[in-house]
Amino acid sequence: MRNIFLFVRRYFNFLFFLALQVLALYFLFRYNRFHEAAFMGVASEVTGRINERYNNVDHYFKLRKSNEILARENLYLRERLRENYQPADTSVQLVVDSIRVDSLLKFQKYHYMEAMVVGGFVTTQTNFYTIHRGSNQGVRVDMAVIGPTGIVGRVVNVSNNFATVMSVLSRQFRVDAKLIKSGERGIVGWDGESTQYVQMRNVPKSTEVKRGDTVMTSELSSIFPANIMVGTVDTFQTDPSSNFYTLKLKTSTNFSTVQYVYVVQNSQLEEQKLLEAATKKTNE
Amino acid sequence: MSDLLKNMIRFAAFILVQVFILHKIPPLHRFVVPYIYFLYIIWLPFSISRTWLMVIAFVFGLTLDYFLGTPGLHAAPCVLIAYVRPFLVNMLIRQESTEQSYGSPSIHSMGWAPYGLLVFVLTLLHHSYLVALEWLQFKESFFYFVGKVLASTAVSMVLILVTELLFYRKERYRTNAA
Repeated sequence: MRNIFLFVRRYFNFLFFLALQVLALYFLFRYNRFHEAAFMGVASEVTGRINERYNNVDHYFKLRKSNEILARENLYLRERLRENYQPADTSVQLVVDSIRVDSLLKFQKYHYMEAMVVGGFVTTQTNFYTIHRGSNQGVRVDMAVIGPTGIVGRVVNVSNNFATVMSVLSRQFRVDAKLIKSGERGIVGWDGESTQYVQMRNVPKSTEVKRGDTVMTSELSSIFPANIMVGTVDTFQTDPSSNFYTLKLKTSTNFSTVQYVYVVQNSQLEEQKLLEAATKKTNE
Repeated sequence: MSDLLKNMIRFAAFILVQVFILHKIPPLHRFVVPYIYFLYIIWLPFSISRTWLMVIAFVFGLTLDYFLGTPGLHAAPCVLIAYVRPFLVNMLIRQESTEQSYGSPSIHSMGWAPYGLLVFVLTLLHHSYLVALEWLQFKESFFYFVGKVLASTAVSMVLILVTELLFYRKERYRTNAA
């Protein structure tokens, strides 16, 4: 017993060093696997407040750009109003092919909330945004985050008034997407190289792909609504050893100037997940 | 200004500079990540015991981690360089003189060459460990590891040189009376 105490005292610094290393690595790996970090709730309240202060200043430098983007989005949405379309022939009548919106509300699958980006960076291999909306305002983990021009990321952590969003420019981020022309699906992820390009894998070589083709989120992505812009095809590599293309996509969102985003809640996600879990159980 | 207050201000300043200036710079290349925050650990006084040095480094690294959303990734390399620093200092300078008569490592107290070597070795250690942790997660090639360590070390050394020239710390000569 005495020897153990002597040993501990003799090597206290080294043992303490090992203990701190283990603690740090435990934080890291636990976070990478489950995205739940110790004290993250408290910490993101504090870092969120500081980020907000910084953003109060930084905000003004990007205002012009984000106004332009928002105006363009409004234009796109206004173009889709029924009132804009009137054929010359009065015998033709435009009818919206569904029931009125009021009676549709209970079927609404995706709910949108607007949020302001108060912090974020694109310099590392796992990039995050901090948005000024948290659990008190209804943000939950695993909600989709989209911008006016396309997908932005996924909520990974929430505190009372802030939420951390893992951006598309993170090595762990994956989303199911499709080529709009052929409907062929693939998985979009980031290879860490350039902040303007993401990669789309698992697209069969039988697909006809051209430069400039649009890629949007597919119906299979459970957290993202379908048909949200991801990017356009820039180049594609034909690897002879594989039956699949790796497409290089130019992202539609400029990740360094994102200012306002929408947090999307899929109200039927829970039901879908329960069913999928139950199915998995029966297969075992 | 007391040492404690000075170091508390430095703590905040290094974190804020790292998060709000260096991490806002558009990336030049994926290998080049400008890090300077760990200079705080190098600048801590000689008189702090090794245990406390590691505790401070851990808290410091973790603070940065919470800002960057990667808990533990920077804390681990910070603890490593805090653990190694006293060994290196003992090796590079004579025991009796500097460590007892000066407050903390600097060009003024250690001389250009020993201080430069201290900073270089700790920077290299810090970046190697940091990039190794990243490298393990992403299953990249070995070239990624070597390239990123070397490029980041080079950038960090330039940044540290500029910082040392801008904020030249003239260490007070400690006397027994103090």
